[in-house]
Amino acid sequence: MKSDKETVKIPTHEKAEKLKHNKNEKFLKTEKTPAEPFDPNALIEVQHLTKKYGALTVFEDVSAKITTGEKIAIIGPSGSGKSTFLRCLNVLEDPTDGHVFFKGNNLCNLKVDINIQRRKMGMVFQQFNLFNNMNVLKNITLAPVHVGLQDLRKIKRKNFFIKLKNLFKKKAEKQPLITIEKSAKEIKAEAKANAMRLLERIGLSDKANVYPSTLSGGQRQRIAIVRALAMNPEVMLFDEPTSALDPEMVGEVLALIKELANEGMTMVIVTHEMGFAREVATRVMFMADGKIAEEGTPEQIFGNPQNDRLKDFLSKVL
Amino acid sequence: MSKWEVFYEQLITQRGYKNVLLGLRNTLIIAVCGLLIGIIIGTLIACVQVAGKRNKIAKGFSIAGTVYTAIFRGTPIIVQLLIFHYILFASINIDGLLEAIIVFGLNSGAYVAEIMRGGIESVDAGQLEAGRTLGLSYVTSMIKIVFPQALKNVIPTLGNELIALTKDTSVAGYVATMDLTRAFRLIASAKYEYIIPYVMLALVYFVIIIIMTVIIRLIERRLRKSEKR
Repeated sequence: MKSDKETVKIPTHEKAEKLKHNKNEKFLKTEKTPAEPFDPNALIEVQHLTKKYGALTVFEDVSAKITTGEKIAIIGPSGSGKSTFLRCLNVLEDPTDGHVFFKGNNLCNLKVDINIQRRKMGMVFQQFNLFNNMNVLKNITLAPVHVGLQDLRKIKRKNFFIKLKNLFKKKAEKQPLITIEKSAKEIKAEAKANAMRLLERIGLSDKANVYPSTLSGGQRQRIAIVRALAMNPEVMLFDEPTSALDPEMVGEVLALIKELANEGMTMVIVTHEMGFAREVATRVMFMADGKIAEEGTPEQIFGNPQNDRLKDFLSKVL
Repeated sequence: MSKWEVFYEQLITQRGYKNVLLGLRNTLIIAVCGLLIGIIIGTLIACVQVAGKRNKIAKGFSIAGTVYTAIFRGTPIIVQLLIFHYILFASINIDGLLEAIIVFGLNSGAYVAEIMRGGIESVDAGQLEAGRTLGLSYVTSMIKIVFPQALKNVIPTLGNELIALTKDTSVAGYVATMDLTRAFRLIASAKYEYIIPYVMLALVYFVIIIIMTVIIRLIERRLRKSEKR
């Protein structure tokens, strides 16, 4: 095979570098093109992003900036790479080339703790993906409680070492301990209260103790949305949130997303609901043939499309 | 003497029941302990095999696990017993029961590894993704989200494995330890009357398996109940 020959030729350290390019989550680093300095005004900045599955190129050299408060709708024919692009934004899918910056952190860099960055990026899936082995309340509180306790343990560990070092220091030089703001009990109670408040908001507080399998699609998706909200994210990524729903349930989910949009949440939505995109989005991106073919305000995209592919697409879906 | 009288004499008068009870105890101990060892080994192998897809260190262990599985699934259990008894454990003085437990545990581990791996892989990939997007690490998502669901999927198959293992223990008697089959074989061969002891033996196994089936069903139902409320 050709690719085998290539790997034989290159020296070992380059080979090691090349190994990192496989799709394993652990070896995210793609150092083919060095990152450009990021724009401090952008919340998310995408630089020359490329995603390939073997010989298949999903999209190539896509760049975009998303600032706080923007609501971006990504539309386009199926297979155009919309969902993959969205999944690359929180590196759920490992980009083949290019960089994604979130608040100045390069998510493609292995040294950046992706789990800490993802806490602030909520994601909602087409298939809801509620945890089947937990009831609704546990679904929502799992991540906040776990993350809270994790941070608590980290602080306690640090404090232990500070104490240890202080033993060998003079009184004046002693380092102060890090104050623990919340005890484990308080973290749990707070997460629960927050979850109940969120459930109250979507009118499902009576479902707190049931399992996801007993809920309707619309209810599950709304719970999936508040589950992401429980982490207080700065940006919400929606991956076709209504595509797997019965038509009568689409409305309740869209209403909730609209509500969030009105509250000023930054969001990126991959959707086939053109009416919704036109109403909620501040910017619409049209993806086709592996690139962003056209982008602009909803008025521009839906009222005065320039690109032929876009015209063709709109004539079919509207 | 009728056939029943011969059987009665061997079982009661000649104290054959002592062997039978000891054999029953040993059979159950070998099966249950063997499965427990198997679950521990199998789960470890399944974990490294699943993690081996994304981690180079785990990949090494994963290959070792695959070799282990191939060896223990590729040879008959009785051959493994003989090899352990006459070659590996030949120089150490080891209790026959313990020896049987070890061999059956190792053997079962190979099967359980495949069962566990299948269970983990049967959980929808979206579950793991959902955990990861919430900021949980790979290991945490696996432990808190994927494994509990995998376990539920795996219980019926594990039950199957327990039943198969229980029946497989009938060959343990060939090497140094008393088991049900050996106890009845001794009764049968004492007076060369085979029909009643062997039919009785089959019946005893049958009853054990039925009881196990019922218990597994109960566990399964309890696990399922929690999901439908």
